[in-house]
Amino acid sequence: MKRSYPLEDLDCAVCAEKMADAIRRIDGVESADVSFLMQKLTLTAEDERFDEILKKAVKACKKIEPDCKILTK
Amino acid sequence: MTVKQKRKLARILAAAVLFVVLYFIPLEGMWRLFAYLVPYLVVGWDILWKAIRNIVHGEIFDENFLMSVASVGAFAVGEYPEAVAVMLFDQVGELFEDYAVGKSRKSISSLMNIRPDYANVERDGAILEVSPDEVGIGDTIIIKAGEKIPLDGVVLEGTTTVDTAALTGESLPRDIAPGDDVISGCINLTGLVRVRVTKAFSESTVSKILDLVENASSKKAKTETFISKFSKYYTPCVVAAALLLAVVPPLFDGLWSTWVYRALTFLVISCPCALVISVPLSFFGGIGGASKCGILVKGGNYMEALSRCEIVVFDKTGTLTKGVFNVTAVHPEKATEEELIEYAALAETYSDHPIAKSIKEVYGMDIDTSRIASAEELSGRGVVAVIDGHRIAVGGDKLMTSEGAAWHPCHRIGTTVHVARDGEYLGHIVISDEIKSDAADAVRLLKEAGVRKTVMLTGDADEVGRAVADTLDIDEAYTKLLPADKVEKVEGLLKEKSKKGVLAFVGDGINDAPVLSRADVGIAMGAMGSDAAIEASDIVLMDDKPSKIATAIRIAKRTIGIAHINILFALAVKALILILGAFGIADMWAAVFADVGVSVIAILNSMRALSVKKYRENKAIVPPQAEKETTA
Repeated sequence: MKRSYPLEDLDCAVCAEKMADAIRRIDGVESADVSFLMQKLTLTAEDERFDEILKKAVKACKKIEPDCKILTK
Repeated sequence: MTVKQKRKLARILAAAVLFVVLYFIPLEGMWRLFAYLVPYLVVGWDILWKAIRNIVHGEIFDENFLMSVASVGAFAVGEYPEAVAVMLFDQVGELFEDYAVGKSRKSISSLMNIRPDYANVERDGAILEVSPDEVGIGDTIIIKAGEKIPLDGVVLEGTTTVDTAALTGESLPRDIAPGDDVISGCINLTGLVRVRVTKAFSESTVSKILDLVENASSKKAKTETFISKFSKYYTPCVVAAALLLAVVPPLFDGLWSTWVYRALTFLVISCPCALVISVPLSFFGGIGGASKCGILVKGGNYMEALSRCEIVVFDKTGTLTKGVFNVTAVHPEKATEEELIEYAALAETYSDHPIAKSIKEVYGMDIDTSRIASAEELSGRGVVAVIDGHRIAVGGDKLMTSEGAAWHPCHRIGTTVHVARDGEYLGHIVISDEIKSDAADAVRLLKEAGVRKTVMLTGDADEVGRAVADTLDIDEAYTKLLPADKVEKVEGLLKEKSKKGVLAFVGDGINDAPVLSRADVGIAMGAMGSDAAIEASDIVLMDDKPSKIATAIRIAKRTIGIAHINILFALAVKALILILGAFGIADMWAAVFADVGVSVIAILNSMRALSVKKYRENKAIVPPQAEKETTA
């Protein structure tokens, strides 16, 4: 399943790369892209575990850039 | 500017004023340190805070952390003004980045401001305003003047003009009458129309385009991938070098504060921000700029491929030609051009044949039927009519022979319609599938844009195909091809290009999907409303103009050029300052320039990619009279 979420207060391009990298390392993630320019996270992951993976992704991003919010709703 | 940006600007200004004032006040010892700490904390407290927070999370190579270390270190070695400057300019740089990126983002999203908010749908006699999602195929919608067309459909009632500029980059409004298709995303300019919806919102043109543009940034160019890889190694390497510089040389000469200062200049340059922002921004801008011209590029990778385009292969019908019959030449002999067309149009008045229609279209005036005493259609041969008392014969060779007119064949390719008056040969009109008005320019401009070879593929007869290729000055033409043969030909041509070169295939998306996907870059044109074209191709030209291919190549080349200049410039300046810094020639001020200055310059440079004015104005290269060749 492929979904994209808008990001708020993503201020640093290097962090965007780091966030994408961290999300890609989560088990079950097929691909992840954090676009600094579009302020958007695009996540492709297993259907059944998607919600769980998304939660992990939010957590991973929080660690790298605490100010940046992923608008999951 | 956003509130956040304004707040930051206020802090920067306050700190800057304090900083300048301090510069002129002679303070000594501790007082001097305390004085400089004021502007430092005013402008940099949030960076210090973020640095502490991120180091707790274990992010050592965090930009905020490195900046904090550099500035705190500068305080430690007694370089107070430098310490403030590092923080101050870092914030200036960040503010600028934020502003510039926000601006580019906005100008691209306004470009994509084609999403309709509502549709006026007719239900049980009443008109309801609903979300376009809720409208089904077959529903009737009303579009008033000034409204966006919410869904693709066919006009049932009403005439109007629509502005397609948001989709095609074409500023000339298009006339719409009942029976015409309308495309979602265009703006209805003048009249009210009733439209029967032919596609659900999720399938309509506007949704497809938005989807395509929004996803374009996820298909990265090689240059972009290189930068993100590079940035991963750059910071740790520079930080490691700084550590070595701070520790190793002083072990030999004991000049600790000199070497620590030099190491701190390294930390100031350790952020690859200039590259990480400006390179994707160049591609983002290039893709956005191209879409302003009605060229949709599905990703940075295709932008890159397009810039190396060596061979362009065209499909003929619908790509280089209009795919409809039209008068392409008028060759009068014993009459004027106008007379010839007038006779033909009058004689063909009652005929519905496509050829008759095309002649009447050229005539363009209302036909005075009182001048026609009689008209008789001779199936397969032509028409014989009595006009103004003369016997006018309009038709093919056989009719001319039977009329006793001294006809001769035409050198031009197409269907020849002869005209005779009372058995005297007046001349002929040539009708054929018309070459697009900008097709010749398209081929010429491609050559100018650096394309080595142009090729045309067609299923048509040899003489028709060759004639088109010759007229347009196309290097190679292959005729009488079946769709499968086209794939084979493209595969053959793929072997001819150089290692890094790229072959682009241009088609109208109708039954050439296999070729579009086989080529390195598939370009579909005239995509207004054609799903197949949008899906099968890598680049979509929203209007029917083949000359846009050259525009696309030029935009791609410029975009890649901008990205490359940024990379070279940023790397060169950073490397230079690192080397000079290691020898103590470049101070922290130079390092601040290498960090913030380079970033600002690179971002400004990449914002150029978005500006495509000069490409949009090259419409002038197509003279309006090029449509019809009327001389013998």
